[in-house]
This record gives sequence, structure tokens and C-alpha cells, in this order.
Amino acid sequence: MTVDRQAEGARRSPVGARDAVTDATVLRLEHVTRRFSAKGRTVTALDAIDAEVSGGAVIGLIGPDGAGKTTFLRLCTGLLQPDDGRIEVLGTDVARDPEAVRARIGYMPQRFGLYEDLTVRENLELYADLQGVAPDERAERRSELMHMTGLGPFLARLAGRLSGGMKQKLGLACTLVRIPELLFLDEPTVGVDPVSRRELWQIIDHLVSTRHLTVVMSTAYLDEAERCRSVLLLHEGRLLGADTPAHFTARVAGRSFLASAPDTGKRRLQERLARMPGVLDATIQGAAVRLVTVDTDAAATGPALRAAISDIDLRPVAPRFEDGFIVMLKTRAGMAGTATPVEHDAVAPPPASRTVPTPPAAPASNGGGSIIVADHLTRRFGDFVAVDDLSFRVDRGEIFGLLGANGAGKSTTFRMLCGLLPSSAGELRVAGYDLRRAAPAARGRIGYMAQKFSLYGDLSVLENLEFFSAAYRLSGARRQARIAWALEDFGLGAMRDGASRDLPLGFKQRLALACALLHEPDILFLDEPTSGVDPLARREFWRRINALAEAGVTVLVTTHFMEEAEYCDRLAIMAQGRLLATGDPDGIKARTRGAAHPDPTLEDAFIDLLQANATEQAA
Amino acid sequence: MWRSVLALIVKELLAILKDTKSRVVLIGPPLIQLAVFGYAATFDLNHVPLAVYNPDPSAASRALVARFTGSPVFHEVAEVRDPQEIRGLIDSRQASLVLSIDRRFSRDLLRHRPAPVQLLVDGRNSNSALLVLGYASTIITGFDTDWIRRTGGRQPPAMLDLRAAYNQNLSSQWFIVPGIVAVLTQVVTLLVVALSVARERENGTFDQLLVTPMRQGEILLGKGIPGLLVGVLEATVIILAAVFWFKVPLRGGLLPLYLGLLLFVAAVTGIGLMISSIAVTQQQALLGAFLFMVPSIILSGFATPIANMPSLIQDLTEINPMRHFLSIVRGVFLEGATTRSLWPHLWPMAVVAAVSLFAAAWLFRRRSY
Repeated sequence: MTVDRQAEGARRSPVGARDAVTDATVLRLEHVTRRFSAKGRTVTALDAIDAEVSGGAVIGLIGPDGAGKTTFLRLCTGLLQPDDGRIEVLGTDVARDPEAVRARIGYMPQRFGLYEDLTVRENLELYADLQGVAPDERAERRSELMHMTGLGPFLARLAGRLSGGMKQKLGLACTLVRIPELLFLDEPTVGVDPVSRRELWQIIDHLVSTRHLTVVMSTAYLDEAERCRSVLLLHEGRLLGADTPAHFTARVAGRSFLASAPDTGKRRLQERLARMPGVLDATIQGAAVRLVTVDTDAAATGPALRAAISDIDLRPVAPRFEDGFIVMLKTRAGMAGTATPVEHDAVAPPPASRTVPTPPAAPASNGGGSIIVADHLTRRFGDFVAVDDLSFRVDRGEIFGLLGANGAGKSTTFRMLCGLLPSSAGELRVAGYDLRRAAPAARGRIGYMAQKFSLYGDLSVLENLEFFSAAYRLSGARRQARIAWALEDFGLGAMRDGASRDLPLGFKQRLALACALLHEPDILFLDEPTSGVDPLARREFWRRINALAEAGVTVLVTTHFMEEAEYCDRLAIMAQGRLLATGDPDGIKARTRGAAHPDPTLEDAFIDLLQANATEQAA
Repeated sequence: MWRSVLALIVKELLAILKDTKSRVVLIGPPLIQLAVFGYAATFDLNHVPLAVYNPDPSAASRALVARFTGSPVFHEVAEVRDPQEIRGLIDSRQASLVLSIDRRFSRDLLRHRPAPVQLLVDGRNSNSALLVLGYASTIITGFDTDWIRRTGGRQPPAMLDLRAAYNQNLSSQWFIVPGIVAVLTQVVTLLVVALSVARERENGTFDQLLVTPMRQGEILLGKGIPGLLVGVLEATVIILAAVFWFKVPLRGGLLPLYLGLLLFVAAVTGIGLMISSIAVTQQQALLGAFLFMVPSIILSGFATPIANMPSLIQDLTEINPMRHFLSIVRGVFLEGATTRSLWPHLWPMAVVAAVSLFAAAWLFRRRSY
């Protein structure tokens, strides 16, 4: 249904021609280019995009942050004008008659305009008014929408007091008060916990099957590609491909393996495999390492791997969408010369000994080898118990993941661990310091990287480093040495005087990590560090984190992004302020294994745990 | 500890200087307000439209009229022939003052009898009406005195001899420009301080700052001192403009002026930090700043005298730092007041500064939870 007419042109792949529901073209882009300029810099958000989408299915617009997804959708809805090229929506030229197009489409922007001081019902009424829905149809529409989204019991609740997932569902319901022929959704599942995400997908699938409408939705989560009937893959403003997800993964068929070597730690194994010729990609998945080889034939690479690592066990696995994306990115980089590989390899973490000097001795910890000890940790806000009797331990050099839906108490726990929030009850020791008595001292041993790479955008790279080094009480030669280390090791030297606001996303992330590591912390806190980042940058980031963990730095990750959870040694899953389960990723997955999920993903396990908990609560 | 506070101060100042929007806030409005207040906002009346009804064609009446038309305050717009026209002239605002001379004016004068002159004033703006009447009576008194001297009549038993202390010409620029020092310093300091924390909250950098080993007191200092520096600098620029551009005499010493300034800016910084610790977004901070700014200017005596306010409100102005600083600036500029004489205004600001800084620290701690 989607045809890639990019670059060389003429290759028409009649994907989805077997689909009989609607095969008329609903969206056609011809050589669409859009640039943005600010402060003398011009960014090409979309570069000569050619695409054709035919109706009756979910079309995924997939790509990391900054790929041009939102620009794509805003152009299609006529909210932006292209600099070049032509867009046809439902057979109408958008530039010529945007009003006619808008009457037939629906659009839900990333931050949907819900009125937070109105109730769910009032929001729906308002959008029905705005969309001109006839009064006698409204009651029926509303009950249908409420049934579909499960928001029925919350009609009288203020929209501002809904959870993130419920807000997204209400946004979707408001967009659907009038059923459009073509629905554009901008990242409806971003920032939404896995349970709500799954529910949103059910709503979308239901719409497509019962109403025969076409949904074009953007997402940064690559695993969502497999749920779409066809995918437009965007990267840095270019269309890398338009095909069915099966076609994307078919390109890497027979090249994906799960490798494990009991005698070599998973991180050492990953590090060694990543450097081997013939290996295109190596990522940690649970206790094993997932490989994508250069050759389709395992026979070609297998022996070489076995020769290098004696006890390696290779098991072929089904390829994922992400494998296909990685292969495309790396192949593209190879074709384009050496630019990308150099960028990514030159800043690869040097041997661990150089990256992280041994952390200075902290006061004796009474938790044995544990660097974080939480005992019966509780935090109340008035009557509300945000964190309820939480106990866990994290050992030195461990990567520990704190998982939970929005409102599960992750960030409250996290703020207590950082010494920003005193606990109501229980004991908390971090790096050997009792947080009730020595919070600032404990904070000196902690590095923190916020979700959105929160740096001072007006300040240059160097000024950011200078500020954070002083805030972490570094001085004299050590300060100079650490700043020099950050500039060199993270490949930031060339842009040290540029405003950090103008850095590309991947470099912002590097700078944020560099700032968090300036004072050589014992513990590193990461808050969804790689959500939305492109897969290559994510790999580079986790290579660094692995090297740090190998050198004895403890890493604590809070996330609801399952890709990140796979990198953890151990996970703690939270719901309603309580701990539902702790264990390594494979162990948590194993709990769910059964008839329903013969080979469960971490997301399956997570959702099962939450649902079991909800049933228990209800009982 | 001081090193990290210093780093925070440097960072704040860099952020203010590098951000185009804050640069505009620091430079644009002060210049505009200086020009507006310095030139446009004045209590002095000039070119008051005057109509004259003079049915007494004599040298004496013409001399009186000439005193009016010759003064820069009045500007003759109409000569009334028929007393019926007078009402229309005032109704249509063509004239604010009508000088109506009696038909027997010169005859009465020559007979050493009281000679009636009528002044008709547009009372719709009571303040200007009073001023106009004041000017007019001064002119008439001058005419009387001269007449008596020239015709050798008996001097009246008591003579009014007016002389204004401190501001001999009663120039309202001398009164307003020193006041601008207070107003603008408050606006700029309050905005810089109130927005700085809110901006970081919006950008998510505030958490990043809180997880460093810096204590809340240090963060508060690092956030407050840049406001203090910017406020003092801003005030200095306006003081220089007042002295060298508007030529307002600076009769007192710089020591009492800057002592007052420092306490004033500290108090405003404390209030700014309080707003900052409550506000979550920059918009809220901005609203909070204006919520404080407008009443504080009205209750400062900048435009309307505090002595005219109800006594309860007068007591309330005691906690308004701007009220005290305004007395200090005007005192130092025009009276040459000394630190000792300004003491009643210095200590209340010190108290406000101390209370607001402690309150800000307390709110800060509560808000970060």
C-alpha cells in the first residue's frame, strides 16, 4: 500500500495490494522539502520526500526525535506550507484548499489541547461544538467513545486530573467526535506507560477495522513498527524506506542471533562481540547479547566467533524491526563515506580504566556490598502514600532499573534517593551516607542525568562544564583535567564554544552525561536516558554506561521504556508506590512464560504483573 | 562553598547577558520609562489654554492681561466678546481658564477700591484646576503689589513672600527623576530574580541544580546576588542620568544613597525569591511580580503623597521597601540628607530584607519537596 519512490525513483513495491478494503491513495507527497531557519542557521526538516499511502490501515511514521515526523504531519494537515513539492490528501492539493482537506481529516498533535479545568464531558462537548456535531448525534457518539476508551466512569473528572495515558485517550476521543476519513496522530504513545500504550493501540486497531479509516501515526518507539501495516521510516529528514514491517525485517532475515557465554560476563561479551569483524550490531538483552551479523549466513561468522570466545552459544532468533533499521543506518553511513562511523567510533568509550578512576573511599557502608540500601522506605503527602514500605538493595557496579507506570512512585523514590526529598519513614543509605543526615554529602557522590538533557541552553558547552564542575566542588588542576577529559572523551572539543541549545540531539545527550560524570560519581542516576534517541546514539550511550558499570559505578535507571530495561542487571517493578517484583530481566520474563506467551517480552511481563496487581487490588 | 556560589552567580549573569529576551528586559523598558517619566510625566502646567473677557479697555486691564499672556504657563486661545460664550468655551475644553475682568476694573483701581476680577476654571481635573488657580493668583498678587508701589498707595498690612526650599523653581522633574531610580530598580531586580528560578523549573534544569552538593542556602545566594548586582548597576545608570542628563542636583553623599540602595535591592531580591519559589512557570512568576509591583508603586508616594492616604494605609506603607527608598533618594538628592537622618527609613528596609530572605529560604525548602 505504501510505495517508496525515493531517490533512484521508479522502484514501486506494490505492498499491500492484497488489501481489498480501500486501496485508493489517500496521501501523496511529491518531492516535499521543508526548511526552518532561526538565528542564521537553516535546518532541513524534510528533504525531498516522495511517498504514497493508500487507505484502510495504520501507517506508521517512524523515526527518532528530530527525524521530521511532526513537520511531516503538520504539512499533511496544511498547518505548514512546504518550501518545495506538493502534497495531496484525499485527492486534494493541501496548499490549494486546506479548508476542504481539514474538513475530512482529524489531527491529534503531540500535546493535545485539552482544557484541564473542564471535565471530561465538557471537553467532549466543546470539541463537538467546534467540530459542528449535530446535537441529536452527540449522546450516541459520546457513549460510543466512552465505551471505546474506557473513560466512561470518569466523565465528571477534571481533565487536568487524569493520568498521562488517560489524557491521551481523551485527546483521541475529542479528535474522534467527528469520524474523519483520515486520522493523523502525532506520537500518541510517547510518555505513556506500557499498559495505556497497549490500550491506545487497541483503540486504534478497533477504529481501523470497524470504521475503515486510515490512521497515520508517528512514533519514536521502533517496536511499534511491527503493529503497523506499513511503515514510513524517517531519519534526519530523509525517507529511508516505505514498506511493510515484514519487508524491513526480511532484509535481515537469518542474521539475528542471541549469543551467551556463561564464563564471560554479558557486558564483556557484548563489548568483545561489538568489535568483531562480521558483527554489525551487538546489544544486551537480558543475560544474553543480541547480534546482527553482516552476512546472512551464520556459517560464515559463527566459527570466527566460536574461535574467539570458546564457550559462546549462538541461537538464531527472529529479526526485529530495529535490526533492519540499524542495518540501513550502518549501510547508509558506509555508503556516504566515513563520516558516521568516525563520529560514532572516535568517541567510543576508551578502556574502562581510563574512563573511570576508582571512586574515592566513602564512609563504611553497613549494607555489605550494597551501595544503595532502602529499608521500609515510605513517603506520604498528606493522606496520599506515594511510596509504601519499599525495600531494596543495589550493589556496587550494578545497573539497576526502576520500572513503573506514570504515578507508580518512581520519581518520588528517585527524589528520595537523590536526597531531594526526606522520607516519611524507613531508612535510606546512599554511598554509605544516611540521607537524613548528610544529603548534600551524598549528592556529591551522585551523578544525575535528566530525561530531556536539561542543560543551560544559552551557555556554551564549555560554560556548562565549567559551571557543573564548580557546582560539584571541583577546583584547580582536577577541575581543568576533568573538563579537558569531558571535551576530549565525548568528542565535544570542536563545539566547545557553541551554545549548547544548538547542539544536535545526540551531542546534547553526550554533554548531559559528561556534566553528570565530571565529579566521578559512585552512582549515576538516569531518567529515561535514551527514549526517542536514534538507535545508533542509544547504542553508543549504553556502551559508555556499560563501561562505567564495569569500572564499578552503580547505575540506577528509572524508565518505562522497555528497551532500556533490557540493559539492566536487575529490575524493580513498582505500582501504586509498592514493589511488585524484583529480579533480573530474564527472571521477570520467565514468570510470565506460559500458554499465552511462549516467548514473552519484558513488556508482556510488565503488563501481566500490573494486571495481576490490579486484580488483586480489586479482590 | 564560595566557589560554587560564585560559579552559580557567573552562570546567572551569563544567562542574563546571552539571552536576547532578558537583555531586552534589562535595557529597553528602563530607557523608555526614563524618557517617559523624565519628560512626559510632569505636574508642571504649561500652555494652559486661556480665554480673556475684557470689557474695560484701559491700560490697567491690558497690563493685567499681558501678565497672563506673557507667562509661559498660559496661552491665549480666544478673546471673548460676549459673556454668553464663556460657558461654551469651557464645555468644549477650548479654554481651561477664563479671565473675566469687570467693566469698572480700572475705575475702581484708580479710586483705590477693590477691583473685581473673575477666574472661571474647568474643574473636571481637580488637580490641574488647583494648580491653575495657584498660578493665576500669583500673577494677580504680583499685579497688585506692582500697582500699589507705582501709585503710591498704602501697602497691605501683611505681605506674602513665598520661597520654596530644596526645589526653588518647584520643578517637578527634580521630584520625579529621583523617584525613577526607585521604580526602575525595583522593576528590573524583581523581574530578574523572580524569573530566574521559574525559568530553570520550566527548562528542567532546576532538578539538575538541586542534585548537586550545593545546599539550598547556596543556591538561594547564587540566585539572589546576581539580582542584587543587576539592581545596583541599573540604579547607578539612572542616578548618572539624573545627575548629568536631567541635571538634578545631588546634594547628599553617595554613602547614604548606596546604603539605602543596597538594603532596598536586598529587600526586593528577597521578595523576588519568594515569588520565584512559589511560581512554577515563568508566566506565573511574571504575574506574581506585577501583583506586587503595582500596589507597591502606588503606596510608595511616587505619584501621590502618602500623607493624603487613610491612616490605616499609611501604616501599611511602612512595610513597602519602595516607600522608604523613595524617601531616601529624594532626601539625598534634594535635601542632602545624611545616614543618621535617614535611619528611620533604613531599618524598616533591613527588616523587610531579612524577613523576605528567610521566608524565601523556607518556601524554597518546602517547594522542592
